[in-house]
Amino acid sequence: MSIWEYANPKKFITTTERVLPVLWAAAALCIGGGLIWGFFFTGDEVRQGSTVKIIYLHVPAAMLAINTWVMMLVTSLVWLVRRHHVSALAARAAAPVGLVMTLIALATGAIWGQPMWGTWWVWDPRLTSFLILFLFYLGYIALWEAIDDPDTAADLTSFLCLVGSVFALLSRYAVNFWNQGLHQGASIMRAEAVIGTDTQEKVSNIFFYPLLLCIIGFVLLFVALVFYRTGTEIRARRIKALMARERVEA
Amino acid sequence: MRDLRLALRAGGGFGLGLAFFLIMTVMVPLSVGPQPDLLASIAPGVLWLGALLACLLSLDRLLALDWEDGSLDLLATAPLPLESTVTIKALAHWITTGLPLVLAAPVLGVLLNLPLAGFKWVVISLLLGTPALSVIGTFGAALTVGLKRGGLLMSLLVMPLYMPTLIFGAEVARRGAIGMDVQTPLLMLAGISAASIALLPFASAAVLRINLR
Repeated sequence: MSIWEYANPKKFITTTERVLPVLWAAAALCIGGGLIWGFFFTGDEVRQGSTVKIIYLHVPAAMLAINTWVMMLVTSLVWLVRRHHVSALAARAAAPVGLVMTLIALATGAIWGQPMWGTWWVWDPRLTSFLILFLFYLGYIALWEAIDDPDTAADLTSFLCLVGSVFALLSRYAVNFWNQGLHQGASIMRAEAVIGTDTQEKVSNIFFYPLLLCIIGFVLLFVALVFYRTGTEIRARRIKALMARERVEA
Repeated sequence: MRDLRLALRAGGGFGLGLAFFLIMTVMVPLSVGPQPDLLASIAPGVLWLGALLACLLSLDRLLALDWEDGSLDLLATAPLPLESTVTIKALAHWITTGLPLVLAAPVLGVLLNLPLAGFKWVVISLLLGTPALSVIGTFGAALTVGLKRGGLLMSLLVMPLYMPTLIFGAEVARRGAIGMDVQTPLLMLAGISAASIALLPFASAAVLRINLR
């Protein structure tokens, strides 16, 4: 049993179709549960009041926005090295999801920033690098749409993804250097926070557990969406091949 | 390779980027107002942005002409590796576009009331940064060379890739103009240029091969 078996489109579709209903249900359960728990069963934060509750959408979306690009990078590499079509199509399927996640993170951040920082937008490093990431997603999707031949498109977008990753990372550090930030640091995954030695900067447990549930839900939702969209892409390509064959026979 | 450079020069693109740069810098005071203080503070950034856009605009001719008349296929099958061909192309682009921009920048700096200390750093940062712009742009041009109307798409693809270069380059110029220490951004800018020149031609050549398939 190896992961490469799923490079067979047929196998991929049959397996994902069996898994998908479970994934949808689990994602809905986690997000729904996390949101309801977060919104109605946790108190307001002392200084921020109820606005703090937007983190249940903001943080998972932001994490996924970055990790989607990483996933696209991996699948692009797999496509370039092993030439599995499913891999290239998965990268294509993931890109719009990542774009929407970036947009959610930016929008919820702006909504939260308005009452808290007193402004919708500042040129803070984190905000700026997310905007740049958004532009990278736009360019990547536009390139997919612009090229007719699917294999060429997969190759070119893979290269764009590789080169883009390097420059996205560079931009991240460049903007850090360019302007000192207003955005708080990562407060969930920091080592001290996990060990529990740092009580100051950590997100408190009351908020953390529903947040964790939301993150899990978002990840499940992402996986489900990518499976679903990849299946659609495979079918669309199959239809195209069938139509081409019919035209030849007719 | 020398005739290749000559061919590019004869292509008529030589002065256009420069003219665009000039017009762009003339438009800025017209749009934000002629206050000398304001102009002095935004001058380094405007010069960098103008140089970047002028580079960007001249990119689509870089490979498209050779693509259309088929000479790109010949170059790909030539004994010289495609990687070096691409590098030479980028070099030619830099000589015809980047270098004139660097030389013109101080003159336009006068128009924008650039502080005296800034002239040196604007020129140095552009000199270090424009090669990176050319090489990155060549990659973008190689990506979109097969498309009928690739110009706009290419801008969308290349602009995000330009961002680190722009940030550090403009930072060098800005800090230089107000007399701050420029070492860190200068080193970063040089690093980006060196790494782009060393590595990106491989990506550009690979992308070109895919497009020529």
